[in-house]
Amino acid sequence: MPEEEIQKKKKLSMVVMSGDMDKLFGAFIIANGAAAMGSEVTMFFTFWGLRAIKKDVRTGTTFFGKMLGMMYGGDIMKANPSKFSFMGMGRWMFGKMMGNHNVAKLDELRDLAVTLGVKMYGCQMSMDVMEIPQSAFIDGVQEPVGVGFFIAEAEESGIQLFI
Amino acid sequence: MSEEMKADLELDLKGLLCPMPMVKVSQNIASVAVGGTIRAVATDPGSMADIPAWAKSTGNELISAEKIDGEFVFMVKRLK
Repeated sequence: MPEEEIQKKKKLSMVVMSGDMDKLFGAFIIANGAAAMGSEVTMFFTFWGLRAIKKDVRTGTTFFGKMLGMMYGGDIMKANPSKFSFMGMGRWMFGKMMGNHNVAKLDELRDLAVTLGVKMYGCQMSMDVMEIPQSAFIDGVQEPVGVGFFIAEAEESGIQLFI
Repeated sequence: MSEEMKADLELDLKGLLCPMPMVKVSQNIASVAVGGTIRAVATDPGSMADIPAWAKSTGNELISAEKIDGEFVFMVKRLK
């Protein structure tokens, strides 16, 4: 049977695996820009990226899960830059610099994306492994999905990104 | 030229950085009627590339994009 031709839409599908501050800025600025340009946007959050859509709540059920919940806890505002982290100093410094230049904060950019209709999904498998339940996510995050769902979204998207 | 035309909506985008000037234009375009215009003033030099790209991608018309006294002034017309 011949494969069906997949029609590409004006749509952006993005995997957000990183939890780094700088990469999250990139992810949400691109998502907001695409939404503003009339594009459908899907963001698929996995592994370190999950904290970007998390509320500031404790997670974890097992010993390791609770430890991870403590060491990688908090919400998107806990994201450190991928370089010059210096135990949180880098976050503070970049936060100051961005504030001085009037750049929107990370949580503001994320919430704007929700407002603009960007669809955000947690990866079910990494949520299970990291013991982060759907209830830990902010309002506006869709029910968890898997890789099949992401691939189907990406297949019909003119733009696909991995961050 | 944009000074002579009276826009249906004035947007002050001064001080805003990427992606906000474009996001604000996009959020406000629905509040003017089809055929209506927005005059937006930004200070972000990147908006000189972004707002024309936004107009092209969304199928709206960029009437003008000018640098006036260090500010970036745009006239856009809602086409659909």
